[in-house]
Amino acid sequence: MAQTAVKLVNISKSFGQVKANYNVSLEINKGEILALLGENGSGKTTLMNMLSGIYYPDEGQIFINGKEVSISSPKTAYELGIGMVHQHFKLVDVLTATENIILGLDGKLNKKEAAAKIKEICDKYGFDIDPDQKIYDMSVSQKQTVEIVKVLYRGAEILILDEPTAVLTPQESEKLFNVMRNMKADGKALVIITHKMHEVESISDRVAVLRKGEYVGSLITKDTNASEMTDMMVGRSVSLNIERPKPVNPKPRIKVEGLTVKNIEGIEKLKDVSFVARSGEILGIAGISGCGQKELLEAIAGLQVAEKGSIKYVNDEGEEEELLGKDPRKIEELGVALSFVPEDRLGMGLVGNMDLSDNMMLRSFRKGKTPFTERKAPHALAEEVVDNLEVVTPSIETPVRRLSGGNVQKILVGREISHAPTVLLTAYAVRGLDINSSYTIYDLINKQKEKGVAVIFVGEDLDVLLEISDRILVLCGGRVSGIVEAEKTDKNTVGLMMTKIAEDDSKKEE
Amino acid sequence: MKKKQKEPLFHIVKRDVLPWYKAWGIRLIAIIAALIVCGIITTVTTGLNPLKVYASFVQGAFGSGRKIWITFQNMSVLLIISLALTPAFKMRFWNIGGEGQVLVGALATAACMITLGDKIPNALLIIIMSISALAAGAVWGLIPAIFKAKWNTNETLSTLMMNYIATQIVAFFTVVWEVPKGSFTVGIINQNTNAGWLPQLFGSKYLLPIVVAFIVTASMYVYLKYSKHGYEIAVVGESEKTAKYVGMKTGKIIIRTMILSGALCGLAGLLLVGGINHTITTTINSGQGFTAVMVSWLAKFNPITMVFTSFLIIFLERGAGEISTNFGLNQSFADILTGIILFFIIGCEFFISYRIAVRKSNKEN
Repeated sequence: MAQTAVKLVNISKSFGQVKANYNVSLEINKGEILALLGENGSGKTTLMNMLSGIYYPDEGQIFINGKEVSISSPKTAYELGIGMVHQHFKLVDVLTATENIILGLDGKLNKKEAAAKIKEICDKYGFDIDPDQKIYDMSVSQKQTVEIVKVLYRGAEILILDEPTAVLTPQESEKLFNVMRNMKADGKALVIITHKMHEVESISDRVAVLRKGEYVGSLITKDTNASEMTDMMVGRSVSLNIERPKPVNPKPRIKVEGLTVKNIEGIEKLKDVSFVARSGEILGIAGISGCGQKELLEAIAGLQVAEKGSIKYVNDEGEEEELLGKDPRKIEELGVALSFVPEDRLGMGLVGNMDLSDNMMLRSFRKGKTPFTERKAPHALAEEVVDNLEVVTPSIETPVRRLSGGNVQKILVGREISHAPTVLLTAYAVRGLDINSSYTIYDLINKQKEKGVAVIFVGEDLDVLLEISDRILVLCGGRVSGIVEAEKTDKNTVGLMMTKIAEDDSKKEE
Repeated sequence: MKKKQKEPLFHIVKRDVLPWYKAWGIRLIAIIAALIVCGIITTVTTGLNPLKVYASFVQGAFGSGRKIWITFQNMSVLLIISLALTPAFKMRFWNIGGEGQVLVGALATAACMITLGDKIPNALLIIIMSISALAAGAVWGLIPAIFKAKWNTNETLSTLMMNYIATQIVAFFTVVWEVPKGSFTVGIINQNTNAGWLPQLFGSKYLLPIVVAFIVTASMYVYLKYSKHGYEIAVVGESEKTAKYVGMKTGKIIIRTMILSGALCGLAGLLLVGGINHTITTTINSGQGFTAVMVSWLAKFNPITMVFTSFLIIFLERGAGEISTNFGLNQSFADILTGIILFFIIGCEFFISYRIAVRKSNKEN
């Protein structure tokens, strides 16, 4: 069939005791889109980082076009025609697209020539960017396009895309896929890392599965299906349905009215946002990343100063309490049991260098009248969370940063739900988690809902949002573009709502 | 693609956490390696027998009973300053103003001794001295803390600048109090009456700082490890966002911690003037405010480990001084040896966190 572009033979790479990759042998063909699948921590990114020169394998050989090579730096990778588009963009904001693309290249600087070449690349594959536009003026998908063009400009024949759709709307993803198909037709070898099964099915020709750092096998996409692929990833069969129990006796719990929030630079992140979150109900928040989701949750949690508006907490007796202008401690003192699972787990929700028990103490260290901390209860709670949520950890005394993403999230969610909240805020609760952990988290959230907790669930995967939420609030550029019943809507409608207002005044967008 | 790829000879791999005995093994190897390198350099540059030089080095710190006492006394002062800086460092507040905070503490002590000496009962004088020394240090720590908490100014700069202000103020008062006139030195304060001289413990003039250092070490260890304040300091240091997330008032914590840090530096100033030197000069602290930064870091902010690191630094200092006088070498040579030893000790931490993996030679193709 197709010609082999890359051949990996018995690649191994360890970090300390952890074997990130073990004896992985894999081929990537020209004119093919290969989806690299695996749970988190299965070594997908590590493997691709070795191909792009960021890590160096401990053992094994890499052949490019049949010739053995040694990729000791990203520069070597470029010379070999390997380009990787990382999850986090590496662009200079104040420079134009062209300037970013030619940044760091040897040779004479000729912007005109470069711009012409960029234009040529764009026309060839159907990209849509203005070479003279500054990065800070671009939307997330445009920035991603610049990253891809950058890689192509440097002559990449082998492209690796690490979770490219995580930040895109369904429409933007579809556009990206079209471009990918064009590149494939041009004979390039493409690797896409993604967690979303439907994307794997629609874009890839072949699927390679990694499990716990080892290569499990590969499948031809059209001969397989989502559940077979997940079974292969997890190593046993899993059910892919998220439950949605009917809300029991929903009552208003959080009333947000006319909330307007500006960030430090004075840019409006939320504009006139109003909604009601009800007890026993999951309110999903959809939107392109950076559309005010973070500010909204932080405003409710007492971490964000607002320009105007109000956030009222309604207790069981119907009494209202203003939360805006109060810090988390004051909110706690009001008797409002509010739990917040922030997006930045190790930077905000937890302290990476502290152990499990000390992290449990974050919420409870003020208890007791002595100037000393009480350590037995947090330790017991840590043990309880580890047991109940099946957290994999060497011990309670392990710093949480050494745990995998899923286990870190279980610790955080476990702590947050431990003090019987009435409101639970979650931001990207399953980001970066493998399938198993994701379902554990969905389950935990659903259990809270059944207990009558008002859940506000910020998500990025629309399929999940549609399945788990009762209602979905769609944010667009900091404004509410609508609140819909999850059961009565579909992905396309929500996807369009996510971009609708942005088109009216896209300038407002970051 | 046409270019032939070179195999890297080695690459750096992060280690898993090492068991303590291996980590200390690496440190031991580093010290031995440092001694060997020092030996070679000594022989090559001076022609002396390195073993004799080492022996003299040890003599400097432990040669006589008096020398041992002085070693421990100096170590205690350095240890107190290091402990003072530690809560700030744990909070990632880079207090490099220890020098100035010690100086103003020393100045306040001297001021009390000079102006109140013989006018009030000695016990009361000592109490006033202590309070003013601690308060002066605290104020010196508080000022940069307020700037940091309110306007997020860079504390490294402001604490550093406060050192120069302190030095200049002390220089000013040295002239005001000089004895005899025109000497630019204060001389021994209250030499005849000993007013305000801190008491000797069990008849030893060296013991007081040692006892104080012991108490401060133990308290600081408990404070950082078991108190609510210590926990707050650790959280603020690790992540200010997390601190805010759980409702800690970071500004308040920064200010509170810097008051503590400055006050403990002031305590060191009190000991220096009231207990050890009975005089004040701009260089009374001889740069220990900066040395303490290294002591605290070397100990990874652990008060107990700091006992050893402060001992190491003082040992090196005293040994180096000894060989420069014994062998007619100048101070710079002693500094070179100290520098080499510290380089190895600090450098070996890299090998505790990382290991070098040498590439197995692969067949070329």
